[in-house]
Amino acid sequence: MEMVQTATRIGNLFAARRAEGRKVFIAYLTAGDPTPAHTASLVLALERGGADLIELGVPFSDPIADGPVIQRASYRALEAGATLAGLLETVKEIRRHSEIPLLLFSYLNPLMRHGFGNLAREAAETGIDGVLLTDLSVEEAAEPVKRLREHSLDTVFLAAPTSSERRLRLVAEHSSGFIYLVSRTGVTGQQASLSSAIAPLVERIRPLTDLPLAVGFGIGRPDQVAEAARLADAVVVGSAIVQFVETHGKSPDLATELEVFTRGLTAPLRTS
Amino acid sequence: MTRATLPDSLGHFGPYGGRYVPEVLMSPLEELEEAYRAARLDPAFESELRGLLHHYAGRPTALYFASHLTEILKGAQIWLKREDLLHTGAHKINNCLGQILLARRMGKRRIIAETGAGQHGVATATVCALFGLECVVYMGEEDMRRQRLNVFRMRLLGATVTPVANGSRTLKDAISEAMRDWVTNVATTHYLLGSALGAHPYPMMVRDFHKVIGEETRAQALEQIGRLPDALFACVGGGSNAIGMFAPFVGDSSVQLIGVEAGGRGEKLGEHAARFSGGSPGVLHGTFSYLLQDEEGQVGMTHSVSAGLDYPSIGPEHAWLHDEKRSEYTSASDADALEAAKTLAQTEGIIPALESSHAVAEAIRRAPAQAGKVFVVNLSGRGDKDIDIYRENMPELDV
Repeated sequence: MEMVQTATRIGNLFAARRAEGRKVFIAYLTAGDPTPAHTASLVLALERGGADLIELGVPFSDPIADGPVIQRASYRALEAGATLAGLLETVKEIRRHSEIPLLLFSYLNPLMRHGFGNLAREAAETGIDGVLLTDLSVEEAAEPVKRLREHSLDTVFLAAPTSSERRLRLVAEHSSGFIYLVSRTGVTGQQASLSSAIAPLVERIRPLTDLPLAVGFGIGRPDQVAEAARLADAVVVGSAIVQFVETHGKSPDLATELEVFTRGLTAPLRTS
Repeated sequence: MTRATLPDSLGHFGPYGGRYVPEVLMSPLEELEEAYRAARLDPAFESELRGLLHHYAGRPTALYFASHLTEILKGAQIWLKREDLLHTGAHKINNCLGQILLARRMGKRRIIAETGAGQHGVATATVCALFGLECVVYMGEEDMRRQRLNVFRMRLLGATVTPVANGSRTLKDAISEAMRDWVTNVATTHYLLGSALGAHPYPMMVRDFHKVIGEETRAQALEQIGRLPDALFACVGGGSNAIGMFAPFVGDSSVQLIGVEAGGRGEKLGEHAARFSGGSPGVLHGTFSYLLQDEEGQVGMTHSVSAGLDYPSIGPEHAWLHDEKRSEYTSASDADALEAAKTLAQTEGIIPALESSHAVAEAIRRAPAQAGKVFVVNLSGRGDKDIDIYRENMPELDV
C-alpha cells in the first residue's frame, strides 16, 4: 500500500515525545459512558492527568474483543443514548479546548453503517485524527483505508502475538500514525502481570516498520505502565480507566477524580 | 466467477462473507483453512468421516414420502428428508463429526462451541465424549431456560455448559462469548462453530460438511421419484441445514430453493428474525451479511419461539444466493410453526423440531396450489427438545 502523509497531530505527538526522550501515554475511554454529556469533560480530565492521546471508544452492541469492563461501559453508553453523530458533536466541543490527538476506536459495523465516505469527511472536519477498528482485518480494509486517507485520517491496525510474519508486514503497510500491539491473546481487561509476549512481538515487528509502536491490553497499574514503556514507544491503558469511570460514575467530581487517577498512571512516564 | 468455485480465496460469496475478526484470530483462521483443505485431500480423513457418518450417526437418512399430509393438502407431493433420525436428533452431527476430526488433526485438546436450541451443543458434546476431548458450550440464559432438556443432555455427556447473561441472552450472545474464549485460548482450543456463519473458512467448511444432506436427497429423489424435486424447503437460522440441502442443487435451475426464516410474532425490529425483509448488509461475528440492525449500526434484538432461528444475521452464502435470486427467502410465524408441528405429528406420526416446523409450515402453505409438483422439506431435527414449548403453547392437549 502506498504510504500517504496523514494527520499531523498523531505524527507530531510521537515526533515531539521522541525528541524529548519520553514515551507516549494513550488513554482509552468509552464515549458516552456514563452519559454522552460526560465525554468532553472526561477527555479533558485525561489530558490534564497526563494522557497524550485519547482513544474514543464508539460503543457497539456486540463487542467481541472486549472483556466485561468495556462491555458494561458500552451497554451503559448505548443505554444513555450514545450515537456516532452525537460523538462528533462532542469532538467539536473538545476541540474548543484542546489539541490532544483523538483516535476513534470501535468495531466496523457502526462506522460502516454511517458510511466511510461521510464518516471520513465529518471526522476530519470535527477534528478526529485517526481510526482503529478492532474487527477490520487488513484484507477487508482497502475501501475504508482509502476513504479515511483521502481526508488525512490515520489508520491504525492491530498486531498480535499470533500474527504471522506475513501478517505483521501487512499490518505495518496498512497502518499510519502508529501500530497498536496487542500484548497477549485475549480480550481487553486488566491482568495481574504484564504479558511475556510483548517483547518478542516488538522484536519481530520493529525491523518491518518505522512507525511508533504502542502496547495495550492488560496494562492498568503504574508499575505496568513503566514496564511496558521500556519495550515500546507508547502505552495504552483502557479497562482500568473505564473501570474507574464505572466505580465513580455517580460522583459530582468524576472529572477531577479521573484526572488524579490518570496522573498516577502517567507518573512513571513523566519521571523517566 | 461461477458459483461452484465460491467462496473466493478470502472467503467471499460475492460481496458477502470474508474475515472480520480481531487480528489475534487472523493467523489461526488461516491455519484452520489450510488444515481443512489438506484434510479434504487426505483419503484417510474422508474415509474416517464417511465411516462415522454411516456407523455412528446413521447416514444415509431416509427420504420419506409424507403421503397422509400430501393427501390432506390435495396439492404438491410432500417428501421429508429425515435428518431428525440422525444420532443426537438433528443434522448438526454432520458438521461436528467433520470438525472434530479436523481438531484432532490440528492437535487441539479443548473444544468450545455456542448453541441456541442446544442441538449443536449436544452434537458437540457428543463428539467430544467420543474422542475424549474437553468441551465447553456457551449458551444464552434465555435459551437454557427454554431448552432445559438439552442443557442436561450436554452435562450428561460430560460437557461444561457456560451460561451467557449478556444482551438478549440468546444465540447471538453465546457466539460473542465463544469468540472471546477463542481469542483468549486459541493456541489450545478449536472453536467448533455450528452454523454456516462466522469468519472464513467457517461458512465454507460447515456447508461442505452438511452437503451430504443435499447429495443424498438428489440421488434418492432420482431413484425413488424418478426426477428432481421442484422445490426444496429448509428453515434458516444461521443457515447450515439449508445450505447443506441447497448447495448440491444450486446448478439445477428447475429446482426452487426456499429458505424459511423466523417470522416471530410481528414485523417490528425485535419481534422476529427475518433478516432479508427486515435487515440490511452489515458485519457481525466475523462475516458480512444481512443483519438486523438499527440506524446506528447497533445489532437488533430478535424473537422466535425457536431458539435455533433466533439470530440477527444469516450465513453469507445465503445473502449471495438471495441477491443472485437463486434462492427465495420467506418467513413463517411462531403460530404457523406451532400449527405445522401439530399437523405433521398428527398426520405422519413425526414430531418435528420447532426450527424445522417453520419449513414444514411454508410447504403446507404452498402445497395446495401446486398439484403435480414435488416438494422436499428438510426435516432438520426432531421435536423432543421442544416438548415443553409445545406443552405451553397447546394447553388444549395438556389437560
